[in-house]
Amino acid sequence: MTVKNKNRIARGFLLLAVLTLGLACLNLAAGSTRIDTAALLHALFSADRTGSTARIVWDIRLPRLLAAALLGGALSVSGFLLQTFFANPIAGPFVLGVSSGAKLTVALTMIFCLGRGIVLNSWGLVAAAFIGALLSMGFVLLAAGRVKGMARLIVCGVMIGYICSATTDFVVTFADDSNLVNLHHWSMGSFAGVGWGALGTAAVTVCAALLCCVFLAKPMGAYQLGEACAAGMGVNIRRFRLALIGVSSLLSACVTAFAGPVSFVGIAVPQLMKRLFATARPQIMLPACFLGGAGFCLGCDLIARTLFAPTELAIGSVTAVFGAPVVIWVLLRRSGRERA
Amino acid sequence: MSELLYTDKLSVGYGDRTVVSDIALSAEPGQILCLIGPNGAGKSTLLKTLLRLLPPTAGAVYLEGKELRTYSERELARRSAAMLTGRPEPELMKSAEVVAAGRYPYTGRLGILSEEDRRVVRESMEKVGVSELADTDFTHLSDGQRQRVLLARALCQEPRLLILDEPTSFLDIRHKLDFLQLLRELVRERQLAVVMSMHELELAQRFADRLLCIRDGRVDRAGSPEEIFSGGYIERLYGLARGSYDALAGTAEAGRMEGAPQVFVIGGGGSGIPVYRLLQRLGIPFAAGVLPENDLDTPTAKALGVQVITDRANEPVSAARADEALKVLASCEYAVCTTGFGSVNRENRRLLEYAGKRGMLRGMDEIG
Repeated sequence: MTVKNKNRIARGFLLLAVLTLGLACLNLAAGSTRIDTAALLHALFSADRTGSTARIVWDIRLPRLLAAALLGGALSVSGFLLQTFFANPIAGPFVLGVSSGAKLTVALTMIFCLGRGIVLNSWGLVAAAFIGALLSMGFVLLAAGRVKGMARLIVCGVMIGYICSATTDFVVTFADDSNLVNLHHWSMGSFAGVGWGALGTAAVTVCAALLCCVFLAKPMGAYQLGEACAAGMGVNIRRFRLALIGVSSLLSACVTAFAGPVSFVGIAVPQLMKRLFATARPQIMLPACFLGGAGFCLGCDLIARTLFAPTELAIGSVTAVFGAPVVIWVLLRRSGRERA
Repeated sequence: MSELLYTDKLSVGYGDRTVVSDIALSAEPGQILCLIGPNGAGKSTLLKTLLRLLPPTAGAVYLEGKELRTYSERELARRSAAMLTGRPEPELMKSAEVVAAGRYPYTGRLGILSEEDRRVVRESMEKVGVSELADTDFTHLSDGQRQRVLLARALCQEPRLLILDEPTSFLDIRHKLDFLQLLRELVRERQLAVVMSMHELELAQRFADRLLCIRDGRVDRAGSPEEIFSGGYIERLYGLARGSYDALAGTAEAGRMEGAPQVFVIGGGGSGIPVYRLLQRLGIPFAAGVLPENDLDTPTAKALGVQVITDRANEPVSAARADEALKVLASCEYAVCTTGFGSVNRENRRLLEYAGKRGMLRGMDEIG
């Protein structure tokens, strides 16, 4: 690697870190109650957490921004894993129907448990989401085995996503009224409902998955040269593919369990990161995607909360507004290159 | 045992379907073994099995005397490396990164390159002459450069066995020759054993030490280029129904036209070959003569002409054969003469005079 590349990578990470931290501070300060810097610092660092400002910071804004950062990062890493797996630049947990599968099983589990008065803890939610994610991933893989070409794969994924979403809507419509408020809010997608407890579960899950990613980085780099080439260099393809699918499903399942559907982060952020760092090396892309996804979701959540305050937008709507154009841009670039 | 790689009653295929069965193959250090045979004969399937990308349907492959399936991934990747036909299109990857990927079986769990790894990468790139492309995006390279970079990647594995599937297929003639020349050098210097498939017969003949011919689900023949490229075997191997292959010169000719000859070509010494080919293209049946059996013109004339009058090698053309040629000439519409006359083909001058007297003579640009 040349010095020029090293500088570019260092600058990229610096930019991402500054952006993410800046957005995190903005998220703390901005909202229906504006908190100025002095009050914010006081609330954060004083032992007294009973004041109204401290309550807003510690009970509402801090867990929410941490959730946005953690889950946004997870989603974007999951997208990068799927893009590598399918060698497809517009693959992601949302377009492939993985998020919607997780959403369906979470909705079903919640209704089932609430109906019987069972209180489901956050681990149960993650497990339910993981099963759903794996199920729709399985369908996508079955389809991928039969269809060649990136457009068809995506169409299959989108259709599976629609089926799951429609079923979820159906289930939610017929759920008891008392359940509905909770479910409806969650099924729109939001980082608001994530409390400290859930955040802990999410953090443990995401960290475990990211640890796996550290060891997946090497075979991923080989896999980018093609499956046969990777196998020839000593990658155990079957084990690698299982691990990749497992980890990416776990990451997107975790996001769906706590924040509901969040679209386009998984595609848009890895694409932006590839351009920013001018490389697709997993060793650089994995941390870059996590940081970038965190920053992206912090920014989008800020907009969702503050743009039409006190009315909140669904987080998925905001991420789509920023993420979808990126996908279109990627497709235009590619078709331009193929024609040239 | 001097063989690095050998197979025992090996059958290859996909699942239950065997494509080629009962293969006995061996590869030695410092030698190039070339697989030839028609499309779809199973050459790539065999190569993939030698790389353990496919399990054998029967029999076994032995590498360094040990059965292939007993190797760990890492151990195997340190011994054999491959260049297959798929064209990798890695996004945003520099050539140097593609080459460095070949260090996979040597790096640790995190894939970080050591100083030793970097040295091997640098040397591999120098060896195949792509050092100056290190910072170029791999997808921006020409086909010739790509193949070199991929070869450097394979060398980074420091293999003893190199498996190449049609490595020269997309290259122009200069790059084909450059690539094979480079491969020969590597094989000699590093005592690599190479197994590769090729469609360019004339190059296989010149660069392979041994050939394995695959046809109709089995190894049809194995041997040195001298053994394989003789006695019209290549035409049989590929089942040439139309056209022919001259194994000695390594040239392929299209099929001959049928019918009575319309044009008589008085050629010799190679001068007639362009005219034979032109007439073939235009679909005009022709006769040629009189050619000594060992004339440069003779193989092509025989491959394309409906009637070729030849005479013994190393002797002047006899009057009797020339008379015979005159008869054929008389039945043609016109004649073309591409040669001058000397002591060996003095008799052929009579053909020219005959055609000249009757106004039958045409220049090459008047054919048609």
